[in-house]
Amino acid sequence: MSTNTVRVVATLNEKGLDYELVPVDLRTGAHKQPSFLALNPFGQIPVLDDGDIVLFESRAISRYIASEYKETGPDLLRSGGGSAETAALEVWLEVESQQFGPPIADLVFELSIKPLLGGTTDPAVVEKQAEKLGKVLDVYEERLSKNKYLAGDHYTLADLHHMPYTFYLMATPQAKLVTSRPSVLAWWHDISARPAWKKTAASIPI
Amino acid sequence: MVALKVFGQPASTDVARVLTCLFEKNLEFELIRMDTFKGDRKDPCGQVTFKDRDLTLVDSRAICRHISEKYPDKGNKTLFGTGILERALIEQWLQAEALIFEPASSTLVLHLAFAAPFGLQPDQSLIEKNEKKLARVLDVYERRLGENEYLAGDEFTLADLSHLPNAHYLVNKTERGRKLFTSRNNVDRWWKAISSRSSWNQRNRDSRSLPFHLTSRMGWKGKKSKTGQGGGKKEK
Repeated sequence: MSTNTVRVVATLNEKGLDYELVPVDLRTGAHKQPSFLALNPFGQIPVLDDGDIVLFESRAISRYIASEYKETGPDLLRSGGGSAETAALEVWLEVESQQFGPPIADLVFELSIKPLLGGTTDPAVVEKQAEKLGKVLDVYEERLSKNKYLAGDHYTLADLHHMPYTFYLMATPQAKLVTSRPSVLAWWHDISARPAWKKTAASIPI
Repeated sequence: MVALKVFGQPASTDVARVLTCLFEKNLEFELIRMDTFKGDRKDPCGQVTFKDRDLTLVDSRAICRHISEKYPDKGNKTLFGTGILERALIEQWLQAEALIFEPASSTLVLHLAFAAPFGLQPDQSLIEKNEKKLARVLDVYERRLGENEYLAGDEFTLADLSHLPNAHYLVNKTERGRKLFTSRNNVDRWWKAISSRSSWNQRNRDSRSLPFHLTSRMGWKGKKSKTGQGGGKKEK
């Protein structure tokens, strides 16, 4: 299950929704076949088929799930719009995507995924991305020292979006980037203790 | 006192994105120009800061979503869709813009258009790699725009708007970028339509011809060119 797929599965589990996980075998190039490209022209996973709609881009999918099934389970988007919390939620959803995502994705790839594909971890890349991620996490440390969750007092989609990659990172030596920052670590302990996350984590094969 | 304030330089792609959105929504705002080159930034992670009374937001795409959600009935009412399904499709293409279109296009613009003014050596292998990437992305767009007038459907939405700043520099400041667009009929049609919108041209009118800003995230590792002395002549 790819990290981006985990993002969607985590959202579905938080909402307590039933779903069917249809494997797409990347190794056989299934994602480049016309039948899959008809679902996602960019040839990437995950894709959500919810009857009325087919969507790609995990962050768009998770948002859709949170909106469409607002009444089921926790309200991950804190609907109401216009409040300080909603605005902060929007900011931290973007920060995850633009600032946090790129360096942590590179780190996790280098440390966890590349070896599985028969490659060797490049220490120079690890050092560079760890430094980048460290600077980003300094911003998070500041934010989380003043707020229990990224958007404010409540767990939202903004926190959830960080979980798949952080989970992978915590299984590598670079976990120290998190463990050395007390507010970030406290936040991770709190959000990863959520029953829905435990269910998600149990299905990740690492 | 005007409630909405934007801090930044209008030539910055992030600021341009926000200004265009404000013009689409017909909202009154104040632009406070800040020279982000001199490290005069209020926010640690971006190039634009936005204040909505006592609310401060950073990141252009978050700001655009906030504006569109908070003022649904102002100006363009369908900018962010009018139902969950419409919104989901717009969101899907907003993500594609941010994660797939943006990295390739911004690298190309940086190396093709703004290396010289900075007295830096363009990286040819990066140019070729990102040109190929962008070509593949635009092939996807070409097919999509053959089935739909705009990315998310038949109406102009935030998903199309988000492409304007980088696409503008590609088409107008780089020959290779321009060709990628004009050689694809549907992409070319779409570009002409979205770039002729008054909201885009209003923000254009306000900008000076400063290059957009290098962000630390772009990880510029260029070598200084032999002829440049750092901050050389501005490209026309």
